[in-house]
Amino acid sequence: MKKTILMVCLLLGLAVSLGADSTVLLNAAGATFPYPIYSKWFSVYHDNHPDAQINYQSIGSGGGIQQLKAGTVDFGASDMPLNDQLLGQFSFKIIQFPTVLGAVVPTYNIPGVSAELKFTPQALADIFLGKVTKWNDAEIAGSNPGVQLPANDIVVIHRSDGSGTTFVWTDYLSKVSQDWKDKVGSNTSVNWPVGLGGKGNEGVSGLVQQTPNSIGYVELIYAIQNKMGYGLVQNSAGKFIKASLASVSEAASGAAEKMKSDIRISITNAPGATTYPICSFTYLLIPEKISDAAKRDAIKNFLHWMLTDGQGMVEALNYGRLPKAVVAIEMTHLSEIQ
Amino acid sequence: MGSDASAVERAPSPWAARSLLRRLATGDEVAHLVTLIFAASIIVITSLLVYQLWITSAPSRTEFGWKFWITRTWDPVFEHFGALPFIYGTILTSAIALIIALPLGLAAAVFLAELAPRKLSDTTAFLIDLLAAVPSVIYGLLGIFLVVPLMRTVIGPAIQRAFGFLPIFSGPNFGVGFLTAGIVLAIMVVPFIISVSREVLLTVPRDQREAALALGATRWESTWKVVVPWARTGIMGSVFLALARAVGETMAVTMVIGNSPRVAASLFAPGYTIAAVLANEFNEAFGTIYRSSLIELGLVLFLITFILNGLARLLILAAERGGGHAS
Repeated sequence: MKKTILMVCLLLGLAVSLGADSTVLLNAAGATFPYPIYSKWFSVYHDNHPDAQINYQSIGSGGGIQQLKAGTVDFGASDMPLNDQLLGQFSFKIIQFPTVLGAVVPTYNIPGVSAELKFTPQALADIFLGKVTKWNDAEIAGSNPGVQLPANDIVVIHRSDGSGTTFVWTDYLSKVSQDWKDKVGSNTSVNWPVGLGGKGNEGVSGLVQQTPNSIGYVELIYAIQNKMGYGLVQNSAGKFIKASLASVSEAASGAAEKMKSDIRISITNAPGATTYPICSFTYLLIPEKISDAAKRDAIKNFLHWMLTDGQGMVEALNYGRLPKAVVAIEMTHLSEIQ
Repeated sequence: MGSDASAVERAPSPWAARSLLRRLATGDEVAHLVTLIFAASIIVITSLLVYQLWITSAPSRTEFGWKFWITRTWDPVFEHFGALPFIYGTILTSAIALIIALPLGLAAAVFLAELAPRKLSDTTAFLIDLLAAVPSVIYGLLGIFLVVPLMRTVIGPAIQRAFGFLPIFSGPNFGVGFLTAGIVLAIMVVPFIISVSREVLLTVPRDQREAALALGATRWESTWKVVVPWARTGIMGSVFLALARAVGETMAVTMVIGNSPRVAASLFAPGYTIAAVLANEFNEAFGTIYRSSLIELGLVLFLITFILNGLARLLILAAERGGGHAS
């Protein structure tokens, strides 16, 4: 009996090694924010499906889009959904698949204040616009009764490198403040009215920790992994919410209805009583028409696996899981890949 | 370079009569050809670089024209771009770095070459050469954990107490800014100045020193009036090597300059440099104009380096004519 099993194993091994010629090699490039989960997915998927290997380079969303446009990769990845203007630059159609959720949280360093501060949307926008310049301003103090805030100048810290984090943060501020929308707007980098720039999440958190009376913003994952404190933000229902993986997925569920007509919908400031307002999807960018049948099947299989089994792995890496309603919408888009 | 190439082309004619085998055996022809190819490849690479920068920056050049050089706005959302804050930051931080590093480096080099025992001098020179190979991110970390806190709590307040009335030292002090970036750059480039200057000073002939001493000069006078002027071409070479590193530095600068594209008079204000903004924003630059503006910044940096190099040559020429020395 043991011998038979051994023989079968050997034969299987032989079959696998002979079949190695038919391995589909896929190249992808793009966003850095989801890189930890993507590399985990691609490696686990390859273990389960040895006939498909995906090589992902986390060179940044902008680079991923450029490479996809030039046709040097099979698919791309972006933290920012592609708008019509960007899509118009492509010679082929793109379908965007949300993969995981992330959130951005305010972090601050005020000597003598250890309480978790509560921020209204207006306060955040006005601080980053440079209109609220002191910590004891009524806009901040009003939502934090009982906290002794000093009369010190606020030092604003933002990301200096282009990033999806900045896109989510400025997209949120554009939604809650008309002034922000008119003067600054939203992008992976913006023309900041005030403040200092730090490179990466670590640059921002480093500057915040070093600079007294400062406020900055970082990825929720980064804050959790480094056990940083962060503030609560008031959502569209008027409740102050502390960001967590659950409150992030909640935001996505709230937006699911609108995503049926346009999957690119921004989920910042989403409705719902327990929703954290500053979060977003990160996306895979898949060409609608893939002429190589083997590649097409491999990509479709991977996407299907990512939307089902793959979702089980995301929370261990501190990403927000796609809500069921969103998975259902993406499943319908899967058949559009031809 | 052009004259070198023509000299090589002229060279083969008297050799043409000899047998190919003989020529190859001497190795001269082969050496000519190989060195010519390598020399030419540098020109080809540089031209390709400029060509590529020129072509890919076309959308930005047609959109903004020469105003790109004097515009202060850098707005990726409304796609309005100008290079002025970055040019200002690049030149200012490099200038601060050299103002600090030149006297420091030159004094150290003079000590090592003229005064220190040979053994100590060689050991120190070895350590300094090691410093020149430290990756810039390490200098950036040194900046973040040492220079920035010192600047915010000790150096900055001290300067502001003494000279706060001057516009260049006024305004809030965050610890990061032009001055901090300049200091970190100075720490980075000092090894270059020491290492090259020391080598050059060591090549000054012994006769020169002895002649000066024989005429009754003190040690100090012989060093500053004879040895250093003799070596000044080489010392200037070291300074321009240092300048090149300072102008093109990305990582260490971006970690301590504050990354804020503004033209501010105060040295304590946060700023930005061309190399730093390229490293920061290129990866995630969406949109044609945005991307090509960043590439045009690369072109601007290339031009600045080119101009500085040209000035360096002129200075060396002037020094040679004025002093009549050559090292």
